[in-house]
Amino acid sequence: MATQGPVTEVSDETALVQLARTGDLKAFSDLIQRYEGKIFRLALHITQNREDAEDVLQEAFLKAYEHLDQFQGNSKFYTWIVRIAVNQALMKLRKRKSDRSVSLDEGIDTGEDTITREIATWDENPEQKYTREELNAILDEAIQGLAPTYRTVFILRDVEEFSTEETAESLGLSIPAVKSRLLRARLQLREKLTRLFKRKGDDAFAYM
Amino acid sequence: MTPLLTCKEFLQELTDYLDEKTDAELRAKLERHITECPNCWVVCDTTKKTIQVFKGMKECPIPLDVHERLMAAVERQCADKRLR
Repeated sequence: MATQGPVTEVSDETALVQLARTGDLKAFSDLIQRYEGKIFRLALHITQNREDAEDVLQEAFLKAYEHLDQFQGNSKFYTWIVRIAVNQALMKLRKRKSDRSVSLDEGIDTGEDTITREIATWDENPEQKYTREELNAILDEAIQGLAPTYRTVFILRDVEEFSTEETAESLGLSIPAVKSRLLRARLQLREKLTRLFKRKGDDAFAYM
Repeated sequence: MTPLLTCKEFLQELTDYLDEKTDAELRAKLERHITECPNCWVVCDTTKKTIQVFKGMKECPIPLDVHERLMAAVERQCADKRLR
């Protein structure tokens, strides 16, 4: 009996990784095409620089290709490549700021960054007040103002929509560390956005 | 009756509350706190909106030249690996 059509498309990720491990470049290219957009955006968010982001993208996939035999099948390929990309991106930041090391482990737990100063309700919908481009520029700038350790956690959890567990696994952090950084990141972004989005006349909206 | 949470305690639980990861008892306490504390209600509401507005950020397609340079780099590495 003749089989229909050309070679069957492999859509299952585990099978693609297995094939890529044997040196199948087509399978690895399929993995790249699935995730390159996300990895590039992640790298752009962390490094805030297009050239660095492209370097990170290439380095991450090249490293992944080189070390595919070390990939443990018990986590997702995406979580694994994200971890590699985040490490590469943080290394870029460290190089750029050679006087100040950037680490995900830095303990910034003074409690001061959970203080809420801007207490004001927002205009109903910022999406109606700004064009998508304007809004993206505002959001990019707000993210840029976060320390790398908060920025990375926030991007994975709230932009890429990773679970707390996946974020912890990708970043090599404990779950409580992810949660406390996420809280601080969210509160800091809320402060920044409230300054822009608060309802007019709501400046003196202090109840206490 | 259980004592009211302080604002600090409320903030500590905000992330789990917004992610709907708290148990029913804690959730009830947090909800009681925001009905009685207008400041925390505003912080909770605007934090929820902050998360929503970031979730709306669209993924831009990767620029074609960036994609092509990536594929070329991988192909080079693949060829090198075969030579080794």
